[in-house]
Amino acid sequence: MSWASAHLDEVISAAQTHLILAILPVLFGLIISIPLGWLAARYRIARSILIPLGGILYTIPSLALLVVLPVILNTAILDPVNLVVALTIYTIALLVRGVADALAAVPETVIASANAIGYRPVGRFFGVELPLSVPVLFAGLRVATVSNMSLVSVGALVGIGGLGQLMTEGFQRYITAEVGTAIVVIVVLALILDGLLVLLGRALSPWAKASRAGATA
Amino acid sequence: MIEFQAVTKQYDDGTTAVHSLDLRVEEGRITVFVGPSGCGKTTSLRMINRMIDPTSGRILIDGKDIRESDPPLLRRGIGYVIQQAGLFPHRSVLDNVATVPVLTGTSRREARRRAAELLELVGLPAGVAKRYPAQLSGGQQQRVGVARALAADPPVLLMDEPFSAVDPIVREGLQEELLRLQSGLAKTIVFVTHDIDEAIKLGDKVAVFRQGGFLAQYDEPSVLLANPADDFVSSFVGRDRGYRALGFLTASGLNLGSVPCVRFGGTVGAAKAALEDGWAVAVDEAARPLGWLSAARLSTVADDAEVTEELLISGGSLYHVSADDGATSGSLRSALDSALSSPSGHGIAVDENGAVVGGVRAQDVLDALAAARDAGKVPS
Repeated sequence: MSWASAHLDEVISAAQTHLILAILPVLFGLIISIPLGWLAARYRIARSILIPLGGILYTIPSLALLVVLPVILNTAILDPVNLVVALTIYTIALLVRGVADALAAVPETVIASANAIGYRPVGRFFGVELPLSVPVLFAGLRVATVSNMSLVSVGALVGIGGLGQLMTEGFQRYITAEVGTAIVVIVVLALILDGLLVLLGRALSPWAKASRAGATA
Repeated sequence: MIEFQAVTKQYDDGTTAVHSLDLRVEEGRITVFVGPSGCGKTTSLRMINRMIDPTSGRILIDGKDIRESDPPLLRRGIGYVIQQAGLFPHRSVLDNVATVPVLTGTSRREARRRAAELLELVGLPAGVAKRYPAQLSGGQQQRVGVARALAADPPVLLMDEPFSAVDPIVREGLQEELLRLQSGLAKTIVFVTHDIDEAIKLGDKVAVFRQGGFLAQYDEPSVLLANPADDFVSSFVGRDRGYRALGFLTASGLNLGSVPCVRFGGTVGAAKAALEDGWAVAVDEAARPLGWLSAARLSTVADDAEVTEELLISGGSLYHVSADDGATSGSLRSALDSALSSPSGHGIAVDENGAVVGGVRAQDVLDALAAARDAGKVPS
């Protein structure tokens, strides 16, 4: 603890970087996953490409991706953009399937009645299908966020900031407290983010609780 | 008025869902499409709001070809009630009902005010407005579905097997409710069902479809029962059609007989004295029937004992007439049923207050039926 209190500014600054590097890819990944998930839910051929592709992308080791991306993106190896792009890819890989499944799980009668009532496709998507996929979507967001929180640390190996840097530094200089502090802060922040997502997901889908209670009643 | 002109729907795989359908749906009435599965009844319904487009032929609403309308706009002007209600699980009951007015540009506040009125109209307590559909029973959900379809006050209402997923008792309540609503609203309703009893109960006119998308018969329910066009319709309409046809004959020619009544609470001796042919009706202070008393059962009890509930034999169905003009209300079917279901063979006729006004024997009903037939009132 004494190490942490002595280096508080350093820890806070690293935590801020860490959070930004973890959360930005979740936002980008979400924005990209929704149309991709819609495609996969709507067209069988899109599904047969996107879902396996997502699975394959997720199996690429993060370090390998961080080394390859600068070549593809023509960025510097130390550029944080590499990490954001890499984590966005993982987020998409995690979310697309969830979005596709959530959209496909919207009951046929609900879609039919939305059409019969006079919804146009875009209005139906944002007014009916997307809100109904919120619970599944947030389950995916939680996994992606927590996963990103740990993956950002890997960026330290290629010189990108964040709490991972405290770990690499601590290892090199045999400062156990520094490594320990980084681990604890990452875990605590991940738990907080996870909790916030649970609350936000509930706030955006108050009906889901009623549905669950109704289903068991 | 909705008019089908030589409407055919053929799918890519070659199956014909609807075969050259010509049919006029009358304005302000309930028209029921009924038939076995695969007969094209639902396809025909869904062509009215362009959920499905016909392969050939035209559909006109008030003389206008529906192909000239943009489907979403056309649909906002046609109420639609789907199986299992099809409510939006993520919206409160009130917002479900307000959906179409909001889509057509009504302010949310005004739409919700109107939605609250509609919930009351379809017989739902105000307390359900804030709940989500999953918190409602199947019957309540169906009522919300009807309210939602009525929200934009469309002249035409399409109902696609709306009551098929609820249990029989709830279904009967919903049917009564629909007839009650319709008597005040006079919408042009097209109702699809596979249940011929539902069709006959609800329809001003009934279109019976046959497999392959053919219209087998299009008539008033009484004509359908009395005079089915062919063997298919006859078998589809079912076994007891002769009996069910009585439901469409008013019992105006029916003569009510007298029936002995005994005030509940007296002695067994007094009850025995009142029996006719071994039977009498026990009534309460307002002359409402409580059950039958029989000589056989009373003989087991001493004369000075009181008539108790254990001595009553439960009665059959009641035949409702209006007190002013005797037997003009009610159908011959309900009159006959009251006679057939009564332990004494006498059906009990009651007025709108539930008081006994007379008795009906099966023979009286048959006499009235013969008279109606002679007078040309039985469709043939």
